[in-house]
Amino acid sequence: MRIIVSLICGTIFGFGLYISGMIDPQKVLGFLDIWAIADGGWDPSLAFVMGGGLAVAIPIFQFAKNRTEAVCGGEMSLPTNRAITTKLVVGGLLFGTGWGLVGYCPGPALSALAFGHTDTIIFVVAMIAGMGGARAIGLNK
Amino acid sequence: MENFTPISALIGGGLIGLASGLYLLLNGRIAGISGILGGLLTPTKGGSAVFERLAFIIGLVVGPFILMNATEIEAQSVVTSSLPVIIVAGLLVGLGTTIGSGCTSGHGICGLSRFSLRSLVATLSFMAAGFVTVLVTRHLMGGM
Repeated sequence: MRIIVSLICGTIFGFGLYISGMIDPQKVLGFLDIWAIADGGWDPSLAFVMGGGLAVAIPIFQFAKNRTEAVCGGEMSLPTNRAITTKLVVGGLLFGTGWGLVGYCPGPALSALAFGHTDTIIFVVAMIAGMGGARAIGLNK
Repeated sequence: MENFTPISALIGGGLIGLASGLYLLLNGRIAGISGILGGLLTPTKGGSAVFERLAFIIGLVVGPFILMNATEIEAQSVVTSSLPVIIVAGLLVGLGTTIGSGCTSGHGICGLSRFSLRSLVATLSFMAAGFVTVLVTRHLMGGM
């Protein structure tokens, strides 16, 4: 049951990335280019994706986070780490730099594999290598 | 603002929020894509955890595949960067999300929905770096 739920949630998530246009790095870069606000070239769509996402997710999260057990059984696996660390910020800055270079973050990069473009496949392989390398030297701890 | 698509952005965003909420409510897990993918590289939890992660990622690819083949809804995914930039960017995204314990989904959607200050700091960090990177590549270097 949990595996079917995962498949369905992943599929809905993929629908969302496709419909919102976030599967296209150019839409994302159009948002990150706030420097184009002055000449009218800015695309605020990503802010609306976040807004729509939070509007739906916040009520569900606030309801779910007080549960002691998941509906399909098992523990509620919520993060317990609240520490604001240098590592958190450095990780965010490195990720944001890679995000701004091509326009892919992990979700859209994986979803875009559906298009079968070579560039996307290369990005995903490099991303997995980065994750694997960082984990191999314990940077995920 | 000719590329601005507020309606599809809100609908798509709502679906992303729905998927994240259902994943937490039903399976008790955070729908952070970097965490789900990264967890496959060093599986520690036993049982069905690996298959749950795999199923979510398969869904991520199947969802767009269904829409592009079975509906009139169109989308594209255009990469304009050179090969070295694509590789460096992929490595940075993989490295950064691992060091920073999350990405746009885990910190941006799920973390902010939990009202996590830690996730807010992470989100502001990667957004700031994204803004600055685009400033440098598009406006100071004239495109890469």
